[in-house]
Amino acid sequence: MTNTLHRYGDAESFSDDYIIFAIPCKGKNDEGAVDKLKTFLRICAAHKPANMGNSQFGSYKPSKSLKPTVHWNRELDADYETVIDALSKSGTVAAVFDSREKTEGCLKDVIKADLGLSVNVSASVEGAKNLGECCGLSRHSVEYSLGFTDPHDHLPNSQVLELSTMCGHGMVSFNMARKMLDMVREGRRTPDQAVTTLARFCPCGVYNPSRAKRLLEDARNHQA
Amino acid sequence: MLIDTNKCVACANCIPVCPMGAIYVDPALNRATIDQDQCVECGSCARMSGEQLNPTMVRGVRRLAKAFRFRFEPEPDVCPTSAFVVNDLEWPRIARRVFSDPLVEHKSTGIHGRGTEEVKTNDVAHRVDVGEVGYVIEFGRPGVGVRFHHIQTMTRALSKLDVHFEEKNPISHLMIDEATGDLKEDLLNEKILSAIVEIKTTIDRVPVVLDTVAEVSKQIDTVVAIGVSTRCDENGDDKELEPLLEELGYSHVRAKTNMGLGRVTNKQAGEEVSDQHATPVR
Repeated sequence: MTNTLHRYGDAESFSDDYIIFAIPCKGKNDEGAVDKLKTFLRICAAHKPANMGNSQFGSYKPSKSLKPTVHWNRELDADYETVIDALSKSGTVAAVFDSREKTEGCLKDVIKADLGLSVNVSASVEGAKNLGECCGLSRHSVEYSLGFTDPHDHLPNSQVLELSTMCGHGMVSFNMARKMLDMVREGRRTPDQAVTTLARFCPCGVYNPSRAKRLLEDARNHQA
Repeated sequence: MLIDTNKCVACANCIPVCPMGAIYVDPALNRATIDQDQCVECGSCARMSGEQLNPTMVRGVRRLAKAFRFRFEPEPDVCPTSAFVVNDLEWPRIARRVFSDPLVEHKSTGIHGRGTEEVKTNDVAHRVDVGEVGYVIEFGRPGVGVRFHHIQTMTRALSKLDVHFEEKNPISHLMIDEATGDLKEDLLNEKILSAIVEIKTTIDRVPVVLDTVAEVSKQIDTVVAIGVSTRCDENGDDKELEPLLEELGYSHVRAKTNMGLGRVTNKQAGEEVSDQHATPVR
């Protein structure tokens, strides 16, 4: 998946957006990978990520058995333990951090754990390079996003794009991002409520609620 | 994807959930309805949170509130009666689900999402070597969707450049002839949320490939996202591709960086470890 590569924004906009993920390679190091992936997620959880996912669901998970009172007292906290416990199959697991310091601490502990899995950082080009250098790592490979071309004018404005492209699989629709922007501007939802709504649609757990909250607050405070 | 009309209460909460905008309330039925041609079977609507309320009761309450112009503000991501039904699909429609639902595994590669490892495992798989460039050309995302015939327009143009199509990629598996770039014919009108075409060339061919992609992108009615990758040198530097991209005028703010921590640990694969070089490219 290029689930995190084409997030919309400039370099400054990614200052609170660092994704670290572990991925086993089919036929090369996927035997016994589930335990290693759980160890990876436990290390990430210890460094207080903004979100985390096990390739089936993230720490903001939808529920099918809500009670009617949910409309007044919805749970807004991330649930890391369920993400780790429910991991049963080899795949990509990820955590999102909202600061360089937390990511660096996490990466150093991942290096110490020596899991043998491929570990990638998705961030600004310089952000990831500096992070590697601080942790004593030389980059093995790099994949640059050249962004997207839209010659037929399909795409919405930058605020909607910044919010929706944080789920690179496209599960946070433009219309839902727009709705949350409107609800926050109209005072019908707090930014915290709106970002957890958006994060629940991202099954990989790479949606960054901290960045989304900042974007929603900016949109509310700087509207025309 | 289907909606159980016995359960749906036409609350319209699901309408903004759909990434393709394929759900609407049919005024004749007074039920949410899915435009099956636009639906890409991504499953986002079926995964939304749900209650298990009695539909008759909910419709009654809604009618009463409407009569008094009351506006109840429910949680925006909740279906009050859990009315979505994930139905079995047959070929070729099932390709929509496989390419659009990130939780469904591509059987051809054994990977979820868009079904490819790209350079995320390059430290172990050695897909792209020093001096080579991998291209990840993605169609339909964000939020627009794409039909296979649009993708075929691109694969046909790329095949004329005599590039190497990545074998472990779901679109390559649907290609009936790499020399022409033709895809399976019965798929061509199916709409999916997104797909990735992966190719590899030597670094000197970057300008012609990117020019071709840009030119073909103008001909197909969707969005095209481009990622280009390379292997760094022993110091972790990229002294070839990044300067070339700058010279060509491409801005590249964001990247996915493989930190080089992976190694072969499977017993059988370990025996083949001495032959760890990428397939040479033209």
